Amino acid sequence: MLCYLTTGKQMLFYGSFGIVLVLLAVTAPVALLFGFSGALAARSRITPLRWIGRTYTAMVRGVPDIIFFLFVPIAMDEGIEYVRNRIKCPDWNQPVFAGNEFHVCAAAKMPLNSAPQIYHEIYGFSLAVIAFAVVFGAFAANVLYGAMQAVPRAQLETAEAYGMTQAQVTRRVLIPQMWTYALPGLSNLWMILIKATPLLFLLGIEDIVYWARELGATKSTVYAYPHPDWRVYYFLVLLVFYLVMTKLSEIVLTRINRKLSFGQATAGGEALRKADI
Amino acid sequence: MSCLQTIADYGLRSVGVGERLLPRSDFTMCQQFTLIGSGMVWNIYFGVLALLGGFFLATALALAKNTETRLIRKPAEWFIFVFRGSPLFIQFFLAYEALSMLPRAGIPVLGITVDTDWMTRAWAGALFVLFLNTSAYAAEIFYGALRSVPKGDLEAADAYGLSGWNKFRRVTWPTMLRLAWPSYTNEAIFLFHATTLVFFSGFPAFRQEGDALYYAKYFADKTFNPFIPYPIAAFYFILLTLSVITLFGFINRRLNRHLPQERRAKMRFRPQIIR
Repeated sequence: MLCYLTTGKQMLFYGSFGIVLVLLAVTAPVALLFGFSGALAARSRITPLRWIGRTYTAMVRGVPDIIFFLFVPIAMDEGIEYVRNRIKCPDWNQPVFAGNEFHVCAAAKMPLNSAPQIYHEIYGFSLAVIAFAVVFGAFAANVLYGAMQAVPRAQLETAEAYGMTQAQVTRRVLIPQMWTYALPGLSNLWMILIKATPLLFLLGIEDIVYWARELGATKSTVYAYPHPDWRVYYFLVLLVFYLVMTKLSEIVLTRINRKLSFGQATAGGEALRKADI
Repeated sequence: MSCLQTIADYGLRSVGVGERLLPRSDFTMCQQFTLIGSGMVWNIYFGVLALLGGFFLATALALAKNTETRLIRKPAEWFIFVFRGSPLFIQFFLAYEALSMLPRAGIPVLGITVDTDWMTRAWAGALFVLFLNTSAYAAEIFYGALRSVPKGDLEAADAYGLSGWNKFRRVTWPTMLRLAWPSYTNEAIFLFHATTLVFFSGFPAFRQEGDALYYAKYFADKTFNPFIPYPIAAFYFILLTLSVITLFGFINRRLNRHLPQERRAKMRFRPQIIR
């Protein structure tokens, strides 16, 4: 049994947990950045910019996120290849969408067909990260926009009364204060992000779901394994992994929330103050 | 082929009525609209039935989590934790593999053989998972609402001599629903969105009878053009979301009708993202 659990394929399975963690580590800050720009754009005074921000924040509310996970990578891929096609092969005169194919010249393929396998994998993974960042950026924009609205108006007016410009008010008063209002929403979002990571499988990345299916099966595309159908146990391991992840995050986030609401004029801060007395 | 003909052929394709073969080439807009629309039948089926069943189980779970007795409280807490703490995607896979491990021939119960074959089909298996999943999420919402039922209301009920079932039915439960309704609306919207996962997660689409996203992906894979089928699916889902908001808004109005105008909980036009 120990021998079985340390075979090369099993090692790939353990490694794929790393992929999930990398995805979380990369996506969270990028999505936060997207969300931040989205929220600021939605508050902007410039009308077209505000429209863009509003549309971006509204888009995830009516449409399932899975549609975006399927749509964004293909759309990005084809967009990049289209642009490269225009640059690299200016005399390409066939239509791009011809029949049942997406037609670009060989030099415009991204990555090139001749490129080593690892580039294909990295490219696929980056597309997945972008898809996650776009969707979760929109969620984060919702949360941050709400948090910015929740900062008491009087605080901003006081800052204006001191003669600060609009940009200064935003930078010095609004942004530092909004975090305590945003944190419950953001921690919620972090949980959703953790629970969305198995969707990597849909994007064709060889992640934990892929390996659990491959290794658990009696006969797989790669290999025939000398054991009966163990997929149930593999998925049980994944379930426990996710339960541990969410539980740990919950504990950490509760701590941070306690810290941040210390001394704030909110219900949470008030409860802390009463507990101290 | 006219568009009406296409609708007649493919309008109910997702439930096995009409043309047997899916279109293979030269896709028209009409075909894409019709097929993706016919897939919506499944999304609505899963969503509505899971919500209806889940509502009752969620109420029971919320009450169980709120009791003092450990023996009742702990199982409810664990149920809610497991289903809220793990991805729905993994739950689908696990359920599918577990259900397909049941003996093919059926299980003998008291002399009668119970068929197990149908359980691995999406219409039963996936519905069961969605039902348990939404129960857990809704139970957490209801539990939160149950904790914030105003103390005064309960004391007033005691003063009127209400107790037990009567107190629950006339005071606690309506107030709980009223408080929970905005969040519950949100949960309903996200449940409908979650139904798109069914046919990507182990449960096979039997005879290519899938949901809206299944057909959208079919077209996108065939034409390599994602810019038409996915926006069509998105369009249908926006319509579905708007109808859910309208319907739940009506119920919300009814739940709040005894309150003075300014104290009524406004249906938030900006549903927060909890799921």
